[in-house]
Amino acid sequence: MNSLPSDLERAFQAKIDNEYKIEPKDWMPAGYRKNLIRQISQHAHSEVIGMQPEGHWITRAPSLRRKAVLLAKVQDEAGHGLYLYSATETMGITRAELIDALQTGQAKYASIFNYPTQTWGDIGTVGWLVDGAAICNQVSLQRTSYGPYARSMIRICKEESFHQRQGYQIMMELAKGTPEQKSMAQDSLNRFYWPSLMMFGPHDSESAHSAKSMKWKIKRETNDDLRQKFIDQTVPQIEFLGLEHPDKDLKWNEERGHYDAGEIDWEEFHNVINGNGHCNRQRISHHVAAHEEGAWVRDAQNAYNAKMKARRAEAA
Amino acid sequence: MLDLKEKTKQYSTRLGDDSLILGHRISEWTSNGPFLEEDIALGNVALDYIGRARMFYTYAADLAGNGKTEDDLAYLRSEREFQNYLINELPRGDFAFTMVRQLFVDVFFSYYLKALTNSNDTELAAIATKSLKETRYHLRRSRDWTLRLGLGTDESKARMTKALAEIWGYVHELFEPDELELELIACGIAVDTREIKDNWFADIGAILSEADLAIPDAEWAVRGGRKGYHTEHLSMLLSVMQSVHRAHPGANW
Repeated sequence: MNSLPSDLERAFQAKIDNEYKIEPKDWMPAGYRKNLIRQISQHAHSEVIGMQPEGHWITRAPSLRRKAVLLAKVQDEAGHGLYLYSATETMGITRAELIDALQTGQAKYASIFNYPTQTWGDIGTVGWLVDGAAICNQVSLQRTSYGPYARSMIRICKEESFHQRQGYQIMMELAKGTPEQKSMAQDSLNRFYWPSLMMFGPHDSESAHSAKSMKWKIKRETNDDLRQKFIDQTVPQIEFLGLEHPDKDLKWNEERGHYDAGEIDWEEFHNVINGNGHCNRQRISHHVAAHEEGAWVRDAQNAYNAKMKARRAEAA
Repeated sequence: MLDLKEKTKQYSTRLGDDSLILGHRISEWTSNGPFLEEDIALGNVALDYIGRARMFYTYAADLAGNGKTEDDLAYLRSEREFQNYLINELPRGDFAFTMVRQLFVDVFFSYYLKALTNSNDTELAAIATKSLKETRYHLRRSRDWTLRLGLGTDESKARMTKALAEIWGYVHELFEPDELELELIACGIAVDTREIKDNWFADIGAILSEADLAIPDAEWAVRGGRKGYHTEHLSMLLSVMQSVHRAHPGANW
């Protein structure tokens, strides 16, 4: 049974309706806090887990310029993870708790990172399509109702558009390169196109979190609207590369002013989310291994800080 | 008899090798650091070294004047042609190993690059000026970590002690210029590392003692980097690094 909204709840919703940002010390409904912790931390985890498939190619980047750019990009992702963990911490939860939720499977990360990066071409498509899809979502989140999240999105979007350009540049070089390079580009596009569309989540009619999130203006645009934007913007980009579009049912719809797209394989989507992707287990066990291997370093740092504090206290 | 330009090219190439190989090793920490801030910091250091390698290689390629590029030097030479010091190619090891190596290399470069800023070769001097700023930041980091790990817990101290013992034997060749370097030292182009040896030992001794660690009394010493006489690790590193580039001869990226 739903109880009537309290005065606090009404005031909260009025603030949101009037486009005021909610700040950490403001009153907020427990559901709003929970929803945001889930969403921001999932975003943070995605940045961090996303370092693995791309980091996988740093040591093999085929030119020094590419190596430097990729290294800088992956480093940015770590930075994004850091701001987003900090934004989540403003909701009264610690980074250690968030990491624990990731490692025990209670928290999710973007399922796209469960797909393997098999070739250098994948570094192109991950930058171009995966970061491109993420940007569509994040541009809209710059107007999200929670202040710290909205502000971190503004900064992150600037860097993500550099990431998307670096991905597209890789694709341009491949597409105009040798026949082997061109087929590397096409193969990678074929593998990553559909999973990129899945990044926007289920259809609006199926989305568990959508209605509430829209009311609270955590989300500003629906999954399907954002996905449509991405589909439309990607068509000329594929054409410019001279590659074949992986969606054979794609058709311009004059009336809607949008492309009609073929149906996404939702069975695959659920399959990968539910643990049957190539890399689900690998991503988490890599994260756990690095975290456990680093425990002695963190312990040493804490012990050192405590010793220094004691020394200073003694001297005072 | 090689002319001066050819010798300078070789010298700049080997300085590029030092930076590339070490930068590559540090880049292996991506997503493997003990916490996210360290992933970012190590990424920064790796980027500095890759950037430095690009400057030295580009200069070497300009001197060669045969249309070759930085990438030809990085991707199309074999392990016998690389002339980096051996210390740079050792696998990244644990965080203590990485930090001990950084401490050694950072103290070394802080003197080396300072001396190179006075080189009669203005291009090398300019690269050194830019790189020296980065190295000062690297050294602050590796010195701080040496203190934290040396004075932290029993385990961190034990790991640092082990790392020191494992790396120590690779430092000697840093202070032994070969024939090429001796000739370039005579022309005022290369750095005479014999002259920075005392400072290096003094600084390392002081930092280690502040961290309650000691210079190992190991007797062994391994040499050969400048002659292309490498450990087994380098060929594996190059196999990985060069694999995509070599699989597509003549391709642009």
